[in-house]
Amino acid sequence: MKRFISGWTLIKLYTLFVYIWMFTPIVAVVILAFNPQQFGSFPMEGVSFKWFVKLSHNSTILDAFKNSMVLGSLTAVFSTAIGVPAAMAFIRYDFKGKDFLNTLLIAPIMIPEVVLGVALLLFIRWLQQPKSFALLLIGHVVLTLPYVLLIVQARLVGIKREYEEAAMSLGANPLQTFREVTFPLLAPAIFAGMLFAFTISFDDVTATLFWATAQHQTVPVKIFGMLRNSISPEINALGAVMIVLTVSIPLAAGYLSRRFARGSA
Amino acid sequence: MKEKPWKPWLLLSPSLTAVFLLLVVPVCFVVVYSFWLRAPSGQDIPAFQMGNYAKFFADFFYPSILLDTLRVALETVILCLIMGYVPAYFFYRTESRLKPYLMLLVMLPFWISFIIRTLSWINILGDSGLINHLLMEAGFISSPIGLLYNEGAVIMGLLQYLLPFMILNIYVSLDGIDKSLTEAAKSLGCTEWQAFREVTLPLSLPGVSAGCLLVFVLTCGTYLPPMILGGPGNDMIANLIFKRVIGTLDWPFGSAISTILLTLLVIIVYTYNRYMGINQIFKTLSKG
Repeated sequence: MKRFISGWTLIKLYTLFVYIWMFTPIVAVVILAFNPQQFGSFPMEGVSFKWFVKLSHNSTILDAFKNSMVLGSLTAVFSTAIGVPAAMAFIRYDFKGKDFLNTLLIAPIMIPEVVLGVALLLFIRWLQQPKSFALLLIGHVVLTLPYVLLIVQARLVGIKREYEEAAMSLGANPLQTFREVTFPLLAPAIFAGMLFAFTISFDDVTATLFWATAQHQTVPVKIFGMLRNSISPEINALGAVMIVLTVSIPLAAGYLSRRFARGSA
Repeated sequence: MKEKPWKPWLLLSPSLTAVFLLLVVPVCFVVVYSFWLRAPSGQDIPAFQMGNYAKFFADFFYPSILLDTLRVALETVILCLIMGYVPAYFFYRTESRLKPYLMLLVMLPFWISFIIRTLSWINILGDSGLINHLLMEAGFISSPIGLLYNEGAVIMGLLQYLLPFMILNIYVSLDGIDKSLTEAAKSLGCTEWQAFREVTLPLSLPGVSAGCLLVFVLTCGTYLPPMILGGPGNDMIANLIFKRVIGTLDWPFGSAISTILLTLLVIIVYTYNRYMGINQIFKTLSKG
């Protein structure tokens, strides 16, 4: 038993080390964002908000931020709008070729983004269409659809079919059944799917580098461009903003959904 | 509901149309295009010839990038496994009240922008980064040592990106193991270590292999870490595709490299699916 305790201590230490390794770079970005020096590096010499102020006056970054928000939101809406019915079909019905189609719809996760980027761009070129915001949007919908499907399917499996059948036997038509029974039960998963789609779209770099036009640059693509001339405190400040933003959204969502769940129980 | 066999198809049609038109058709286009000819004028001429593939395998330059990619992927898989198994096992065994929060913390990087996570390593490994700063303060070195822009830095970035996938896959597999099995092994005289080796470890292998496949496949297609953390010699296959397509606008050749990469991954995933089943990975991802 004593041997086990020391082994367990080692396991705990090891895990702690992995955490430290994983989060040190992220914490460093946030800390260095407050470094007043011209070069974003150690040692710190005081604390200053000047890079955040500078950032808030940078109109190209603000434009990119707006683009990213609009793109992410639209991607989330379209992706769930087509993903939820597909998840319903896979979980609630039996039909020929179901497994194959399910794999086909989830496969894009495994396809390198570079290949997706080249493929869609090549196709658009063949159609003689210029790059546009629409291209970026449909591309992002394809990128995020598998994740929406996975999340919604996982939740649908847990919703008993009996609820829907009960509603039907009481005279509700399929649309009413979905609206009154399935949708409220599924809402947290739809919401989670939308959040995930938003984040993936908001963060995506590789495929977006292929698809983005000069007018429709997203924040990560902008950061990628800024990195060409080495890392600056301004990038760290932008990184800190992005970290706080993308981390607080799921945490707040998780907190809210837990509160709602408790409220309804 | 059985009397309406068209209903699932109606529900599926938007997704299927989108994926077919925007993914299947474009990918087929890439394959077709890889046989086309690029005229010296820069025009792409429809043809059926193997020139682009011949060019790829003509000398050792391009295949060596492919081999480098596979080697880096393998190294990343091994390091992910070493770094990921113990934390996953910790989550499986711990009875701490903090467990949900600790697991949330592991998932947190999923939500943080990939490019920020990648560039954050510059602050650690760079000439004026944390490690060089600490080493110089301590007096071990007098001038910065080059830690950035090499393969090690690229792998650091890749590990940070992929470790949560590995931990999650292993944890889900471990979590499915009936704990009474280890108890039984111990009551029959196994030590803690023997019970782990003979019972827990073999039963967690499906998760281990799923994690390894996912990490390997995702590394093979990676573009950003070599771009940001690597030096000129650390290009991987995705960087090559990007340079040929966006840089030199050589679409047929870029398509050929894309086809080679895709074929390789399809073979790997297909073989894996044949023996292990791919659904484990999808199930795990839906929990993340």
